[in-house]
Amino acid sequence: MIAGLIFVVSSLTLLQFFVSYSRSIITESRGHTLSEQARELCGIRSSLLAGEQFGRLNQLMALCPEANDDGFKVKVVGIYFHLLGFARTFIGWAIPSADTWIETERGGCAYVAAVVLDRRIAHNRMMVANLASH
Amino acid sequence: MLDPVNYTIWLAVLLVEIFSLVCLLRKKAFSKHFTLVFYLCACVATDIGSYTIIHTSGYESDAYFYFYFYSQSLLTICLYFVLMNLYTHVFSEMGVGKYIRACALLILAGTAGISYYLVAISFNRMVTHFVAELGQNLYFVGVVLTYLLWGAMAKLRENRTRLLQLVLSMGVYVSLSAGSYAMNNLYPNHIFWQYYFPVTSMWLPLSWAYTFVKVPADAQLATARVLAPNQ
Repeated sequence: MIAGLIFVVSSLTLLQFFVSYSRSIITESRGHTLSEQARELCGIRSSLLAGEQFGRLNQLMALCPEANDDGFKVKVVGIYFHLLGFARTFIGWAIPSADTWIETERGGCAYVAAVVLDRRIAHNRMMVANLASH
Repeated sequence: MLDPVNYTIWLAVLLVEIFSLVCLLRKKAFSKHFTLVFYLCACVATDIGSYTIIHTSGYESDAYFYFYFYSQSLLTICLYFVLMNLYTHVFSEMGVGKYIRACALLILAGTAGISYYLVAISFNRMVTHFVAELGQNLYFVGVVLTYLLWGAMAKLRENRTRLLQLVLSMGVYVSLSAGSYAMNNLYPNHIFWQYYFPVTSMWLPLSWAYTFVKVPADAQLATARVLAPNQ
């Protein structure tokens, strides 16, 4: 009985802490302005990204490796992105107003991926420039 | 002996803990966040100790069984010291550090006492069950304490990004562990748990390494932006 109660309460607090942690990563990334080069390369037109772009940005990230990685950040935001997708499927039909919030959050996840990609592109360009100068 | 999967997980956990420890030391976190460094050192010592015992006595031995449960309890107590450290940082301007330490020690002793009492009245003082019950209860009290700290941070409009992320990652870990221990109590002796607990133990070292390496010491973030949606 006590174990069951602890499991339920812990699951709820886990959800809240994880959402807040992911949001802190997203908010932190919002402070970074995407470079024109990255926007051009990724085909990003506005500062608000759609959630669907997350998958494509992840694929682009895989093509653009970097030594000093943000892998942990991408993994956490990736889990949050899938959690939001799950919430949209199972809660969206019951609370239609939640759909807008979920889509904005998924857009935030895509923005984090775009920021990481931007940094990787800048890093790789610098590496190429260094190689060319030698 | 460990099977290949167990051995890979053990090695991965050890490397992640050492990596995190190096990151913290390189970012000069030793004096300001001594308890975090102490916790990571305790984790590394526990991993090495468990590997040694598995090699000398075997994975199925009583020696390893007792070592595992008691070392996990000690690590949970170390985690309380980390939590105390975070409380001290949040309330640093109020000068209530000693009251926080006294309170945390009282709660720790109380939880251990209640866990022992619950086991004593129902399982004829079976020591291993006491340790499992203690783990579940200590983590759950950790959840409550972290939740209170997070609430206080929101109320005080705490804006230090590092502190914010340390508290939130601690919240994720203690909630995950309390829930897992509760499930382990309900469904014990399942092979899943021997892989699950070591894998989840990587969360704290990884999140701490990320926070200290990627988040500048003076970075600020409004708590309201994390709490309220889409501000």
